[in-house]
Amino acid sequence: MSRVRKPKLAVWKFASCDGCQLSLLDCEDELLTFAEVIQIANFPEASRAVIHGKYDISLVEGSITTSHDAERIHKIRRQSKILITIGACATSGGIQALRNFTDVSRYIAMVYANPEYISSLNKSTPIRDHVYVDFELHGCPINKYQLIEVCSALLHGRAPVTPSHSVCMECKRKGNVCVMVAHGTPCLGPVTHAGCDALCPSYNRGCFGCYGPKETPQTASLAKRWKEIGATNNDVVRAFRGFYAYAEPFRKESEAHEDE
Amino acid sequence: METKSKKQRILPAGEFNVFLRVLQDAGYETIGPTVQDRTIVYDTIVSSSDLPAGWTDEQAAGSYEIRKTGKSLLFDFNVGPHAWKKYLHRADLLLWRAKTNGSGFSIQEEDDSPSKKAFIGVRACEVAAIQKQDKIFLKSQFTDSAYQKRRANTLIVAVNCTKAGGNCFCASMNTGPSVLSGFDFALTEILDDKRHFFVVEHGSKLAEELLNKMPKLEEASAKECALVREKMNEVSENMGKEVDTKDIKQLFYDHYDDHIWDEIATRCMNCANCTMVCPTCFCTTMEDVTNLTGTEAERWRRWDSCFTMDFSYIHGGSVRPSDSTRYRHWITHKFAAWHDQFEESGCVGCGRCITWCPVGIDVTKEIKNLRKSKATV
Repeated sequence: MSRVRKPKLAVWKFASCDGCQLSLLDCEDELLTFAEVIQIANFPEASRAVIHGKYDISLVEGSITTSHDAERIHKIRRQSKILITIGACATSGGIQALRNFTDVSRYIAMVYANPEYISSLNKSTPIRDHVYVDFELHGCPINKYQLIEVCSALLHGRAPVTPSHSVCMECKRKGNVCVMVAHGTPCLGPVTHAGCDALCPSYNRGCFGCYGPKETPQTASLAKRWKEIGATNNDVVRAFRGFYAYAEPFRKESEAHEDE
Repeated sequence: METKSKKQRILPAGEFNVFLRVLQDAGYETIGPTVQDRTIVYDTIVSSSDLPAGWTDEQAAGSYEIRKTGKSLLFDFNVGPHAWKKYLHRADLLLWRAKTNGSGFSIQEEDDSPSKKAFIGVRACEVAAIQKQDKIFLKSQFTDSAYQKRRANTLIVAVNCTKAGGNCFCASMNTGPSVLSGFDFALTEILDDKRHFFVVEHGSKLAEELLNKMPKLEEASAKECALVREKMNEVSENMGKEVDTKDIKQLFYDHYDDHIWDEIATRCMNCANCTMVCPTCFCTTMEDVTNLTGTEAERWRRWDSCFTMDFSYIHGGSVRPSDSTRYRHWITHKFAAWHDQFEESGCVGCGRCITWCPVGIDVTKEIKNLRKSKATV
């Protein structure tokens, strides 16, 4: 299939650990093909050579935590035909959204020798709160195969296959034994977005919820069950207050148990 | 497969391996219960030492545990999280690949030639579930060729349950505990003070031929056959749960708008575990994927569930967006609409949906509650 012009791709970083954008470089077997069909125009983690915008596709990693970044994301939006957010930070505020539950100046005073040099917003927020986002790919970090899938779908004009049902369906299709029912291990699988291929339960660990809330999550029922099998209020708060702490269903559930 | 009972024979438990070997020599991969991750699941077994000898299971709503019994019984447990559909109606199945050639494309069908499998330890409820899926995939207007190929290569060695589990209600659903039809072999395991043996019945011509390859098995005496009947009556009386099936179809249709559905929705997580473990749930979704260059595409068929939003998604949104409508849809189809669709119930009373619901929602209890509630339609 011949193309007139390869779509131009840019990868942008906000408050994040770089893990999600590195999963693009981690696509070892597919990377050369990727570069054949997509022009990697702006990806500082991969190359210093930057081709300036406009871009057909922007992958945005990280959350908005400074007023400077809150401005910058608008510039990026203006330069991008399609903007895709990748990972927990960009889609929910990430682990750094733990600051949203308290006063950030306390943390700043504790961590930095000269807090006066730090200019930071009170809340870490997802990109969606600032600009229109065309597609959100979840995960902490994202699954590299899902990233390839989203790009393939985009290139060929079809919907990406990234279902938003529970992790339980991935577990059951694999033939995993339910760690919660058979071992009494608290697991966030029933309320968590699929995409990791049930990584933790496949190793007999409870799901940590790294892909965030699934569609229509029933967190209250799960939290109740967790307590019946021995979890404390604190366990429930900590479980929901992980990488997707500020995603609304998880935030509300953690707050409900904090008050108890 | 015929249903009439035939001459029953005695297989000493110590010779179970000989029986397995006859099946293996006839080209069958033997698959049966085995202990993995503190659970009894179905996997390839080579010899009787792979079976869960001396293990039993304890099941309640949302909980499953196995424990040692100190007895040498090989099948002293009920059904676990796996259903045989994982072999017959695959969770993930590649249907075909397509490749571009010039301006068009060509479709390559997957080479789908499943091996011969002998299912060892199929319980009465599971035989009934296989028969229900047979009806859907083989006897409806369209034949599912992937299922057909696998089913034709399957030998069923049923084992009667000699204990009833905490969530079992096959007696209510009229599917057990005794296996009456749809098997190649039906075994009942007996352990008394002196002896440990299986009473073996064959249910097909193929089984008879295979039996002839075994060293001569003695015929079961009238006393031994009576022992089996006695045992099975005992199991019937000790069912962990029950469902009153009288006019059950109308019960559901009369309670379409019941407040009960909203109450259940405060507990149901729509996680879809019940549908994944149900041995009769058969719904699938299609996934089309392409490679980056757009030169190859694949079509996959995967287990789906009526508990997802995508399942009922049509232009404009999901037909069943609320948790209550999705739960109602599933249970109403299983116990009521299945009668309209397939002229029988969709439930076999295996209790998996009760055990493997992470929050322990119990269909038998919900049906009791429904009976107590005033009709709304």
